Formats: sequence, C-alpha cells, structure tokens
Amino acid sequence: MSENLQSEIKAICQGSGNDRTKMMDIVRAVQEKFGQVSSEAMDIIAKFVNCHRVEVEGIVSFYTFLSKNPKGKVIIRLCNDVVDKMAGVGAVADAFKKELSIDFGQTTTDGKITLEYTPCIGMCDQAPAALINDEVITYLSTDKVKEIVADIKKHYDPSKLKHRLGDGNNADELVHSCVHNGLRKKGPVIFADYKSKAGLKNALAVSPVEIINVVKAARLRGRGGAGFPTGMKWQFTRAAVGEKKFILCNADEGEPGTFKDRVILTERADMLFEGMAIGGYAIGAQAGILYLRGEYAYLIKLLEKILKDRRYKNLLGKDILGKKGFNFDITIQMGAGAYICGEETALISSCEGLRGDPKTRPPFPVQKGYLGYPTAVNNVETLCCATRILEMGAAWFAETGSKGSPGTKLLSVSGDCKQPGVYELPFGIKVKDLLKEVGAEDAQAVLVGGPSGQIIGPNDYNRTICYDDLATGGAVIVFGSERDMVEIATEYMEFFVEENCGYCTPCRVGNVLLKKHLDKILAGKGEPQDLDALQELGESIKTTSRCGLGQTSPNPVLTTLKNFRQSYEKKVKKSPDGMQPTFDIRKALADAEKIANRQSVMFTK
Amino acid sequence: MSEQITFTIDGVEIKDKAGQTIMQAADEAGIYIPRLCRHPDLPPRGSCRVCTVFVNGKPQAACTQPIAEGMTVENDTPELKESRRNIIDMLFIEGNHFCMFCEKSGNCELQALAYRLGILSPKYPYFFPKKDVDSTHPDIFLDLNRCILCGRCVEASRDVDHKGVFEFVGRGIEKKIAVNAEADLKDTDFAATDKAADVCPVGAINKKRTAFSTPIGKRLYDTKPIGSEIEERKK
Ligand SMILES: Cc1cc2nc3c(=O)[nH]c(=O)nc-3n(C[C@H](O)[C@H](O)[C@H](O)COP(=O)(O)O)c2cc1C
Ligand code: SF4
Ligand code: SF4
Ligand code: FES
Repeated sequence: MSENLQSEIKAICQGSGNDRTKMMDIVRAVQEKFGQVSSEAMDIIAKFVNCHRVEVEGIVSFYTFLSKNPKGKVIIRLCNDVVDKMAGVGAVADAFKKELSIDFGQTTTDGKITLEYTPCIGMCDQAPAALINDEVITYLSTDKVKEIVADIKKHYDPSKLKHRLGDGNNADELVHSCVHNGLRKKGPVIFADYKSKAGLKNALAVSPVEIINVVKAARLRGRGGAGFPTGMKWQFTRAAVGEKKFILCNADEGEPGTFKDRVILTERADMLFEGMAIGGYAIGAQAGILYLRGEYAYLIKLLEKILKDRRYKNLLGKDILGKKGFNFDITIQMGAGAYICGEETALISSCEGLRGDPKTRPPFPVQKGYLGYPTAVNNVETLCCATRILEMGAAWFAETGSKGSPGTKLLSVSGDCKQPGVYELPFGIKVKDLLKEVGAEDAQAVLVGGPSGQIIGPNDYNRTICYDDLATGGAVIVFGSERDMVEIATEYMEFFVEENCGYCTPCRVGNVLLKKHLDKILAGKGEPQDLDALQELGESIKTTSRCGLGQTSPNPVLTTLKNFRQSYEKKVKKSPDGMQPTFDIRKALADAEKIANRQSVMFTK
Repeated sequence: MSEQITFTIDGVEIKDKAGQTIMQAADEAGIYIPRLCRHPDLPPRGSCRVCTVFVNGKPQAACTQPIAEGMTVENDTPELKESRRNIIDMLFIEGNHFCMFCEKSGNCELQALAYRLGILSPKYPYFFPKKDVDSTHPDIFLDLNRCILCGRCVEASRDVDHKGVFEFVGRGIEKKIAVNAEADLKDTDFAATDKAADVCPVGAINKKRTAFSTPIGKRLYDTKPIGSEIEERKK
C-alpha cells in the first residue's frame, strides 16, 4: 500500500510539474484517488513539491471536499441550505439515514458510502438537492432516496445512477445531468441569440485602450456583488507594471440562493470564454483562469470541450484570429468546497495553491494579484456582458436598464414562489413587479443579494433592484407568511460560522456569538437586552472585519432586527429575577460529575 | 520614494515619508494605536483587527494601511474603543485564559491590552473549548489554550528561521496552530533559539525552565501600561 501510495502520488505531483502553486490540483487528485489525503500522503506530497508537510495539512483542512480521514468511495452531500429546508430536506435527510443506517458525518461500516451535509450547491430552484460525488441529483423525495441508495449499492458508481435528463446542454452526453436550467426569462444581453466570435473580432480590430473605453462608455459594472466599474478595473490592470498579467473568472458562485452562473456555464460558456479573451487582450494578459466551484464539477467536461473547440477555431491560442502577437489561453482551476474562495483575493490564494485566506489590501489584485502579477478578477456574467458590448456596442447596451445601472441582471429566484428559476431582467425593476413575475405577491419577506445582502419586508417592495438601491449578485429568496424570520436569520448565521476563513478575530468569533445569542432567543431564553446586544455586536463585526465576508455577515441579523423587529420582540421576555444566565450549569457540570461519579446536589436542574 | 506626506490622527498633524503604514507613522509621532498581532520584526498580517481606525470615515487596519496625503485618521474614539474591547473579549472567551496560573502573566500583551482598555471581565459567555497542550519538546512547551491565532510564530518560523515549524490548519472557529510533524513538536526541528520561540504575545509558546526568572511585579507591564514606550516618544 505504502509503496503504491508513494508511486501514485509521485506521478500526480509530476503531472503538475512538482509545482507548489498547483497544490489544489495535487490534493484534489490524491483525494479522488485514495478517498483521503492521509498523514502519510501529506509527507509524500511535501517531499515531491518541496514544501512543509504542515502546509499541505493547512490546505487539506481548509477545504471541505478534502479530508485527512478516509471517506467512502461514494460521498453523498445533501444540501441543507435554508431553501432546501423550506422544501423539506428534513424528511429526505431522515430517509438517507434510514436507508444507509448511518448518521450525517458518518461512513457505512463497509467504508463505501459517506453521508454529509453541505451548504448551498446552487440548485435552490430544484431543491432539495444533493451531490453524489460529482453528480447532482435534484428534486429529492423520500421515495427517490430509496431508489438512489438501492441503485448506488449495485455499483457504487454515481455516474451510473439512473435519472432523467435536464434540458439544454444538461442533456449533452458530456454533462449527462438531471439539472434543469430553469431559465424563466431571456433578456437581450445574456440569453438572446448571439454571434460567437463577433465580439472578439470587433475587439481585435481596435486597440486595447479603445476596448476599455467602449466598456467604460457602456458603464458596465461588476455582476459578482461589489459592482466595481469593469472598464476601470481593466484600465488599472493594463496600467500596472508587471512582466505578465492575468484575467481570472470568478465562477465560485457560493452565495446561498445564487445559481445564475450555473446557467451561463451550461448554455453560454462560449460567450464567457470570449469575454475572457477580450478582457485578456484589453489588459495585456496571455493567460486566463476560470475558477470553478467544486460543486459544479459536473460541467467540467463540457467546458473543456468548448475550450478545445475554441482553440481549434483559433479563438484561443496563438495569433488569435490572425492578430499577430495576441496569444491567449484559458485553464480551469477547480475549487474544493469553500465559500470564502469567491472573495477575489481568497480566490487568488486558492489558485496559488494556498489556504483560501483573503489577502491584505493594498496591494489590490489589479496591482499585485495572482503570483504577484497584475490581475483582473471578473464575475462570469460580467464577462458575458463585455462580449455582448463588443458585439453590439456601448450605446445598445446602455439602452436597457436604469441610468446608474445599465444592462440586464440575471436574478436567481427561489424559496416560496410559484416559478423559481433564472430571470434576465433590466436593472431598475421594482421588487413588487419581480414578485408578481415569479408568483409570490404575498411574500412576507424577500432576501435580496443572498445572506450578505438584505432581508426586506413589504414596506420596501417599491424599491428597485440596481446598484444605487438594492444591489444583488443575483440571489433573490422569497419567504412566505408562515416562515419565522428569526429562525431564518439564525440559519444564515450558521452558514457564516461554517464558511468564514477564521483569519480575523471579529468574524471568526463574533459570528459564533451572534449565532449563540439567536439560539438563546429561539430557545425562549432571550431577554430584551439581547436585541441591543445583537445590534451592537453586529455593527462592531461589520466595522472591524478584514474582508467582505465579515463586513456583511451580520446583515441577516441586522436587517431582520430592523424590518421584522416584532418577530424578535415576541420571543424575548424580561427575566423574573433580573439575572441573565450565560451558560447551562447542568451542561457545565456534566464532565465533573462523570469524573466524580456522582451528581451535584446543589444544581439539580 | 522619500516623498513627504502630511495627514492627521485625531486632529494632530503628522508628516512622514510615503510607504509607511499609519501605525509606523503614529509610532514615530508618539501616538499609540492599540495592536496585538503586529510584531515590529515581522510583516504585518492584519488579523487581530485591534488596530482598526477610521480613515476618511472608512474602517481600516492601521498596521497594514499605507499613509496618503491629506487623509484624516480617527483613532481614539468611544466607538473604536468599544470595538477594540469587543475584540479583546472575543480573544479571551474563544480560548481558556487563566491569567492567575499563567507564567506569561505580566508579560502578556493580551492581558496588558485588556487592562489598558479597562476590561475587568469579558462581557461574552466563555466557549470553554478543548485545546491541545504539547510538552514533548525538551525546551519548549506549547499551550494552545492561550493561543490567539496572531500568526507571529508562523511568519517567524517561515520567513526568519526558514523552518516552517508552525502553520494554521482548519478554518473558522476550528482554526488552530499545528506543527510540522505528524503530531508532536519534538518531531520538528524547532529550537529554543529560533525567532519563533520569542514572538508569541501570550503564553502559548513558552520556554521551559524560565517561567519565573523575572518575578511577578517586575514584569514588562506590571509598572507601566502597554503602549507607554510609544507614547514616551512624543516630543
Ligand atoms: C465572501 C465573498 C464571496 C464572494 N463570492 C463571489 C462569487 O461567488 N462570485 C463572484 O463573482 N463574486 C463573488 N464575490 C465578489 C468578488 O470578491 C469580486 O468582487 C468579484 O468577483 C469581482 O467581479 P465583478 O467585478 O465582475 O463583479 C464574493 C465576495 C465575498 C466577500
Ligand atoms: S472577515 Fe471573515 S472571511 Fe474575511 S478574513 Fe476575516 S475571518 Fe476571514
Ligand atoms: S502560538 Fe502564539 S505566536 Fe503562534 S499564533 Fe498562537 S498566539 Fe500567535
Ligand atoms: S495589529 Fe493590526 S490587525 Fe492586528
């Protein structure tokens, strides 16, 4: 075994040129081959790439799809996002437990199947959903669980699972997935018919500076959440001094409730890669990297094929479309289960084969990014917009949308609505009109922008979705009248507790404290002072956290405190003796009682 | 590079050369900005967030933020003081800090900062986590109950000692320090003479047989609050 391990890992490391910066590929490959990255494997990897063993451990322990301990050949990761819970994932979870006779976090005694929970996998419109290795299974029910487990036990090969096929490219033999696009509304920019290579041709006919000017004239802003003007980002990257430059596409799409990039990657990858080439030409890059979240591994064969086709057509590679000296190609970097890697500097860390910690700014990525070179990081949808702007012109693009927010926005709508799915709508649409469109006019609350955004109530339904009012990377989650908004806020805090990187104090510890306060309130032990404490702590975390995660993670609490205060007030009451118990004495005594082998006589309840 | 920059901290005008961080410039001017993860011999990490200041109204870490012409920095405000107390509280409750039994007491930067900021006891409930203690090394004793994840040992061992003895593993609240071995510090090439053995701000990395060589009462922060050495520079 050990010799085998040695030679297999040697081959894997050699395949990546024994390159320390390719660590993500190496550990992913080892995990896939052996079902774990064992202590012994860490030593071997460290030896071949010439780094310290503890660095390998640091990386393996950061990403949830990697593990030091052995996992089953088949790993079932059931999505337990808020939307899946609303869709009844509880019963599905019980069914899995029953069929496999194990609990979550465990592996069957024969070592073949592991059962786990995972946060949002980008399938909220077809929840409950699960990942079985790289396969996605949607619309789960208790009956379906029975069938799946029986089927899996026949071959222990998830790619052989029997399921119907989804629409569009989901049915392509390279994807072969049951995922549905759920594309409810096509708009003029992303999902209208477009001419492949027209945008790139127009781009190569002019100078890089002119491209940047066109993108600026279209007033294109980032679709990934932060809304930074794309033309300016490209200009800074172009102007920065560096031997090489890079363009990175952020396809990490981890914000709960966001699944619009999934549909672009399935149906418009060609347009996306064209946008990367245009951006590469504009900033002076020869290489682009698509950072694809581990959950979307089922799309990789399709994406690789499209890249191959584009190389064949000379839309990638050397002297692209006959333009002497413009050489550009794209590689795909797979993630491994870490929401924080969607943050652009954490994404760069991950591409460099490091723990997915955000980096200190300044320097900004446009000055010193991937491997220290000037780097533009752009969202999937942003790059598609760029392709269309170059094809159709800045004026055409700015015709749609609102004044400050030109163009369309892809919204991924889920939760308590009749028609969940992806909508391409002009910026500036009122929440009220959107709710009508998706069949959710009686919504109690709407989460715009995912948990790091805002949870609003009916008083705000006249507000508009755009950069100057309600900004969103795409997530819109609807909550019906029967939902408890304090519970929802608590669930989202759980997400941030699980997914923060732990680098800085306020986010690492503060989010746990917020969650504990909320748990106390939900358990009926909350007091009015708890609400002020939540407010103060939440604001303090936002002020002092190091990156966008901690700077927005208290939002589910702060926006529900503001917009659904009654829900909190109903749950808290003044304590009769004026004391605030901060811990459970029975729990605290349990260990001591076990050692002493007797019960406390003072604290009996 | 020697371009002069003028800016203000709490209304006091400061001149320094471009490329300096707010903290470096403040230190030279004798203005103390509370800090914890920052060590003068190591690159700033910006991880504890104690040094958060407002720069033109926007929160930034003073240890990593470069100075810029005309910027307005707010440091000593009630809001920031409260946020800093919150952070110190968080560091206390996420670990197990029994100062009365700790050999670092009096020399500990966490304890000293708590005193300076007027913390008598944390306002948050303790987590009481289970943490590892490693006494396998002949000269060094590692107690992760007291680790505040500042990262100084990681940087010092990697960049100064070129040994990479320490690294972070896990993420979020599970994040912790690990050593470059299967399990024990004794199986690394760590030495008591390493820089990494001298940088820990708390009682997490301790040299054996030295605990009480300086008696309580005569320790670094027993007589003067932390930061005094910087404030004494004020002309
Ligand atoms: C915690 C966190 C997660 C993020 N996740 C994503 C993501 O999944 N996709 C994305 O495009 N941007 C994400 N962002 C925003 C990126 O940091 C960055 O602003 C964006 O990729 C830039 O591209 P754009 O200008 O085209 O929007 C995230 C930010 C934070 C703080
Ligand atoms: S804010 Fe949170 S996610 Fe960002 S660096 Fe700090 S701990 Fe990590
Ligand atoms: S052991 Fe000490 S130096 Fe290292 S991270 Fe912990 S507190 Fe910092
Ligand atoms: S001293 Fe600046 S973040 Fe710790």
